[in-house]
Amino acid sequence: MTARLSLRGVTRRFGPVAALDGVTLHVAPGEFLALLGGSGSGKSTLLRVIAGFEAPDSGTVQLDGADLFGVPPHRRPVNMMFQSYALFPHMSVAANIAYGLKREGLPRAEITARVAQAIAMLRLEGMETRKPHALSGGQRQRVALARALVKRPRLLLLDEPLGALDANLRERTGFELRAIQRESGAAFVMVTHDQAEALALADRVAVMDRGRIVQAGPPREVYDRPSTRFIATFLGAANVLEGTRTEDGALDCPGAGCTLRAEAPLPEEAAAVALRPERIRLAPEPGENTAVGTVEESAFRGDSSLLLVRMQGGATLRVSHAEEDGAPPPRGATVRLAWDRDDVVPLLP
Amino acid sequence: MKALLRLVPGLWLTLLVAAPLALVAVLALSWQADGVPPYEPPWAGQGLNPDNLRLLLEDPHYRDSLLQSLVVAALTGGLCLLLAAPMGIGIARAGRWRNVLLAAVLLPFWTGFLIRIGAWIGLLRDEGWINAVLRALGLTQDPIPLLYTDGAMLLGMVHAYLPFAVLPIFAAATRLDPALEEAAADLGATPGHSFLTVTLPQLLPALAAAFLLVFIPAAGEYVIPELLGPPDATLVGRVVFQEFFQNRDWPVASALALALLALLTGPILLYQRLGRAG
Repeated sequence: MTARLSLRGVTRRFGPVAALDGVTLHVAPGEFLALLGGSGSGKSTLLRVIAGFEAPDSGTVQLDGADLFGVPPHRRPVNMMFQSYALFPHMSVAANIAYGLKREGLPRAEITARVAQAIAMLRLEGMETRKPHALSGGQRQRVALARALVKRPRLLLLDEPLGALDANLRERTGFELRAIQRESGAAFVMVTHDQAEALALADRVAVMDRGRIVQAGPPREVYDRPSTRFIATFLGAANVLEGTRTEDGALDCPGAGCTLRAEAPLPEEAAAVALRPERIRLAPEPGENTAVGTVEESAFRGDSSLLLVRMQGGATLRVSHAEEDGAPPPRGATVRLAWDRDDVVPLLP
Repeated sequence: MKALLRLVPGLWLTLLVAAPLALVAVLALSWQADGVPPYEPPWAGQGLNPDNLRLLLEDPHYRDSLLQSLVVAALTGGLCLLLAAPMGIGIARAGRWRNVLLAAVLLPFWTGFLIRIGAWIGLLRDEGWINAVLRALGLTQDPIPLLYTDGAMLLGMVHAYLPFAVLPIFAAATRLDPALEEAAADLGATPGHSFLTVTLPQLLPALAAAFLLVFIPAAGEYVIPELLGPPDATLVGRVVFQEFFQNRDWPVASALALALLALLTGPILLYQRLGRAG
């Protein structure tokens, strides 16, 4: 299957700073990709390069195999949903949605039909004649989405699509977005700084840091097997344990007061491993991959409690203790922690 | 303290706006007379004089002067708009040059108004710089009459009022969201289309305000038509001056001034509405 979108070695510099540093990325037709990164990671610049608002200094951008170099934004079969929504304040909801279709010069009847269809799809009935300022945040978000989707783009770009919504609306709108993406069949590329959003919505997550894509893969894979320390701490706030690699490929970690052993010997250059808080359990017996510490703090989180455990070597581990495993150990208790080999994830520097 | 704060503008309005206006209204209903001052107020025995106001409607000289003033003011406003729209939008988008360009627009205010008009006379007269250059280039032998023409008058008006038109357009253009033009481009609009359908409609209130800000003072302008315009440009400002100082007919001059004010109340109210909306 050929890729819908192919980026190869895309670099964009702003003065001495490389906002994008050799980004290579492929998006399949119908795929929902999340670009996840902090502010300044280059994710928004990447989106603007795809839309045509920024020209890359080097590298190529291809849509269905056709090079987009020098193609201005208004001639790209790509549409974008802006972070601020960028609705036209002097136009009604219907006029906003129809704007892109009018530019295509479609017959009036078809424009009317497609606008009505988009309005029905995004549950905006009754809002047609309102101006954007008379809409709620969630309604504006849906108008912005309708305005982009009504063009039936092959690729839809979404810049923090849920960013301006409150927490309640976010979850519901996230599910809607997912359903709309399946229904429309377009490839979606979404920029977000919210890891939960990226993991929940996307088929594939590409984590960006300082202008590079540091890891791309299905959400579960990126979450379970982060490849670098940055990803491990950015996604789900894993414990990062540092130490020295032993002869037989384990990690001797003085901070935790133990030796951590993974399924396979650690790579030569690994000097740290990640350990997810929810993969650490309490163990009755000493043994391989166990260590002793004292509970310093305990915070109740509904379905679990987050424990901060001070290890004998001085390091602090975050441990998620599931409610179904019984009451968590009290503050000050000495506990033995254990984990499986499979949960020890080697990190590259 | 609050009462005092209200007293100051109240006093200002009474002394400098309401009182002179009332005086003008009384004058317009008075009788011309020989003497100092050259009029007789209605309470001196002859009663109210309706002839001055009636004269404005009946005598084409006055009617035309009012009409001509409105036409010249509209032309000045239109030309200013044509120049100020690209200037205001351009300056708003000039990045780090913005403040320099804005200062350049305001720079003429640092020179006396009459000196600037004098400079135009120096440029435009028969022995002026422009004719000298044209002759030196061999484009003409006899000087082309430039000064004391409608063109020179409009040039002077546009020159004097342009900054007033640039400022509101600039202010509105800085408030535009650049994402909107990007959104238009993203949806398939060419830059021209995007300007016409997205940028321009949002600037309409500012463009109307800029036009009125020029139109209203230009309608009563006296100095520029006098110094640069043709002798037959009988604009209302000039006619008021002639009636007042040459014919010593204060009542007719006052009636003319009142008529101009009445004609301008519509545009002034419109301008204030736009100001509130913006």
